[in-house]
Amino acid sequence: MEKYLNQYLKETGKTHYVPYENPKLVVKDRTTLLDKQRGNVKIVDSIETAVKLSGLKDGMTISFHHHFRSGDRIVNMVLDVLEKMGFKDLRLASSSLSSVHSPVIDHIKSGLITRIETSGLRGELAEAVSHGIMKNPVIFRSHGSRANAIAEGNLKIDVAFLGAPSCDPFGNANGYTRDGVGKSMCGSMGYARIDAQYANYVIVITDNIVSYPNVPFGISQRYVNNIVVVDSIGDPDKIMSGATRFTTKPQDLLIAQRAARVIVNSPYFYNGFSIQTGSGGASLAVIRFLAEDMRKNKINASFALGGITGQIVELYEEGLIKKILDVQSFDLTAANSLKNNHLHQQIDADYYADPYKKGTAANMLDVVVLSALEVDVDFNVNVLTGSDGVIMGAIGGHQDTAAGSALSIIVCPLLRGRIPSILKRVNTIVTPGSTVDVVVTDQGIAVNPAREDLIKCLTENHISLVDINDLQKKAESIVGRPEKLPFGDKVVGEVTYRDGSIIDVIRNIEE
Amino acid sequence: MNLQQTGIAGTLESGDVMIEVSPSTKGINIDLESTVKTQFGKYIEKVVLQTCKEFKLENVDVKLQDKGALDCTIKARMITAIQRAGGGEYEWK
Amino acid sequence: MNGNKPIKLRRTMLFCPGNNPGMLSNAYIYGADSLMFDLEDSVSMKEKDAARNLVYQALKTIDYGPCELVVRVNPLSSEYGKADIEAMVAGGVDVIRLPKTECAQDIKDTEAEIEKAEIKFNVPLGTTKMMAAIEGALGIVNAYEIATASSRLIAIALGAEDYCANIKTTRSLEGSELFLARATIVVAARAAGIDCIDTVYSDIYNEEQLIKEAQAIKQLGFDGKSVINPRQIEPIHKVFTPTQQEIEKALKIKMALEDAEKRGSGVVSLNGKMVDKPVMLRALRCIEMAKASCAYFEKEEE
Repeated sequence: MEKYLNQYLKETGKTHYVPYENPKLVVKDRTTLLDKQRGNVKIVDSIETAVKLSGLKDGMTISFHHHFRSGDRIVNMVLDVLEKMGFKDLRLASSSLSSVHSPVIDHIKSGLITRIETSGLRGELAEAVSHGIMKNPVIFRSHGSRANAIAEGNLKIDVAFLGAPSCDPFGNANGYTRDGVGKSMCGSMGYARIDAQYANYVIVITDNIVSYPNVPFGISQRYVNNIVVVDSIGDPDKIMSGATRFTTKPQDLLIAQRAARVIVNSPYFYNGFSIQTGSGGASLAVIRFLAEDMRKNKINASFALGGITGQIVELYEEGLIKKILDVQSFDLTAANSLKNNHLHQQIDADYYADPYKKGTAANMLDVVVLSALEVDVDFNVNVLTGSDGVIMGAIGGHQDTAAGSALSIIVCPLLRGRIPSILKRVNTIVTPGSTVDVVVTDQGIAVNPAREDLIKCLTENHISLVDINDLQKKAESIVGRPEKLPFGDKVVGEVTYRDGSIIDVIRNIEE
Repeated sequence: MNLQQTGIAGTLESGDVMIEVSPSTKGINIDLESTVKTQFGKYIEKVVLQTCKEFKLENVDVKLQDKGALDCTIKARMITAIQRAGGGEYEWK
Repeated sequence: MNGNKPIKLRRTMLFCPGNNPGMLSNAYIYGADSLMFDLEDSVSMKEKDAARNLVYQALKTIDYGPCELVVRVNPLSSEYGKADIEAMVAGGVDVIRLPKTECAQDIKDTEAEIEKAEIKFNVPLGTTKMMAAIEGALGIVNAYEIATASSRLIAIALGAEDYCANIKTTRSLEGSELFLARATIVVAARAAGIDCIDTVYSDIYNEEQLIKEAQAIKQLGFDGKSVINPRQIEPIHKVFTPTQQEIEKALKIKMALEDAEKRGSGVVSLNGKMVDKPVMLRALRCIEMAKASCAYFEKEEE
């Protein structure tokens, strides 16, 4: 037998297996699983140690996810360590940033962070960026766009710092825990999964080590290089509210009701339709009114997508929605449903909204209901800058779902106090009008002229429509014409479209 | 025509404006704090000046804390504040 | 006999405190048939002047669309009533609602003030209509004389809270304490040829009970109900929406009427039977209600 082996080896030139010769192979370990877990192969004693092991250098890119929302402590914690370690010129590529990240301002001033890529900015950090604190413009991306950029290598992440409510010693991480009660819960980790998969080095930060295997997992162990255990990854109450409540504001309810009527009288309300709604206000309340029609007409949804709230889960449990695709869980009901309901599936940002693949979930949507800060007479939507020109929002999945859905509906009041939502031209174009089909306000419904099919259908069903220009004029006649904003000459924000091309720029606002 | 004392009207609720008018030593002085100052400050000041003119007030300090009130609300609050400051009666039209 | 005069629907009257600029500026978006801006009980004494000024400016500036504009003024017996009436007439209000009306004289006194104001502000005499709220025992006793006290009166309404206190009882869910008051107001209104509006139901979260009450008062003969929150509007409109059967029957009567007019006949008949004027009016009103509630759409003539 050996003769044939040797001959084959000689002929093919392939390597002969010799025990212990290949240093890369794992050597048989006689310790028990229990001992192996205690062995702390991946667990290190501090963030600093993990950073040293990662090989992070000045000028590199670090990333974070935003599943902890305003309860996040990870970003600030890690940046403080990096500051102390003396790093400079890093690119901060978080999936999004919120008002809790105002300490980043200090890190910008010190030179630790010189570039930011994110879906959105809020609070003091956003104001500081709008006032020109950064040398380089912040690059804004939609969730689908970011996922694709990371996967294709256009946004290379050197080190990803991913907070996780539970993690086992080998790196299987989850947004909830199946072992007892963790300190906090975030549900889906859809945005984090992309970073885990493609970053050069992945450090999971957790306050809850559970025993192996932490399955079913949000993040697979095979992507994780190190784990750091800290006291607290975030503020549990701010990571997740108990349960999202439907708005009780009569104005929002009126808008929601009208939007539901549009959906019901469109070709997209049929047994098996698919839908994504917003996570609050009128854009969430739509589902409440739609549910009444669903019950009356015995129509079920095949799936609900997106940021998921308890309201969606309730309809799922009632049997009105067959399945849930969850890229971000907004409340405890949703997180618990992800944990316990087997047709509530966690999906990553790429599956959710990749701009190039036809089969992404966003492309499977019949209906999406989105909110807006501003809409103009060409149906362009602004979700990034406020009426004062200051950055205060996020692109999120707006561009992705507007483009992917068959019917995209924007809900917003005609006026917010004295601020008009319908304008001649938005401050910042984020979602192009060519992907926006219907605008539902409390004072009129406008359909994009390109959608003759919808105009015909809705008019036949006795839904009165108005010209969007008339809505804009009405708003102006009530509040007056706003003065031009004091924009400066510096570009502080680059608003990209799904393919990375530039759809608009944000200039600084003079104080 | 001058005011006798300070007059206050309005609230700090959204959509309202709190206005304080008081006699001034010289001219009409407007101190405007508004959530929409950049966008609509000009309209607000116009309403204030117009109302002062209607009451024939030439020396008044006007302090506004505006939370996005429409012009008709600002006018109404101005009239009320002036009346409370002894500025006279408003003529309905 | 003509059905040309548009029938004014008063299914819902949305109550807005007069000292709330936010509400005054967008009350029209909710589709209530009438809006009632209040200068009376919802406004504190210190703010009566402020509310008056706000409502006046709002009336002059804001486009309320098809909503009928009603203002509840303070009684003439108070120090605010006269100024309220003046300001509201100058502002161009549609209807002045008088609270706590007890007798015909209350109406006549108010009408005199309204007339003075119309003259002063060059408003054509008679433009400003009136509505009387009956909120006590004496008002119920005098209901018919109140309802006929002025040609400006377009409706009488019930104010249940004050009425119950006045007759020394409390409000109950089934409302037996209001039965006489309600029935009297309906009868008085009909005898006078004007509308009647029922009192508010204040538990805004109890839609089931609201609907029950609306159905009950509709059956009693009321034209509509006051509401204190926009969420109460649609359920009440639904109650007042005619059924398909009612609409079909009404359409047949309307066709018979048009047929008679074409023939130049003064007698309208359907299925061999003569159709009385009240039946005809009810049918036309039914169609108007149906159109307003989007239960029926007039087909365009080709």
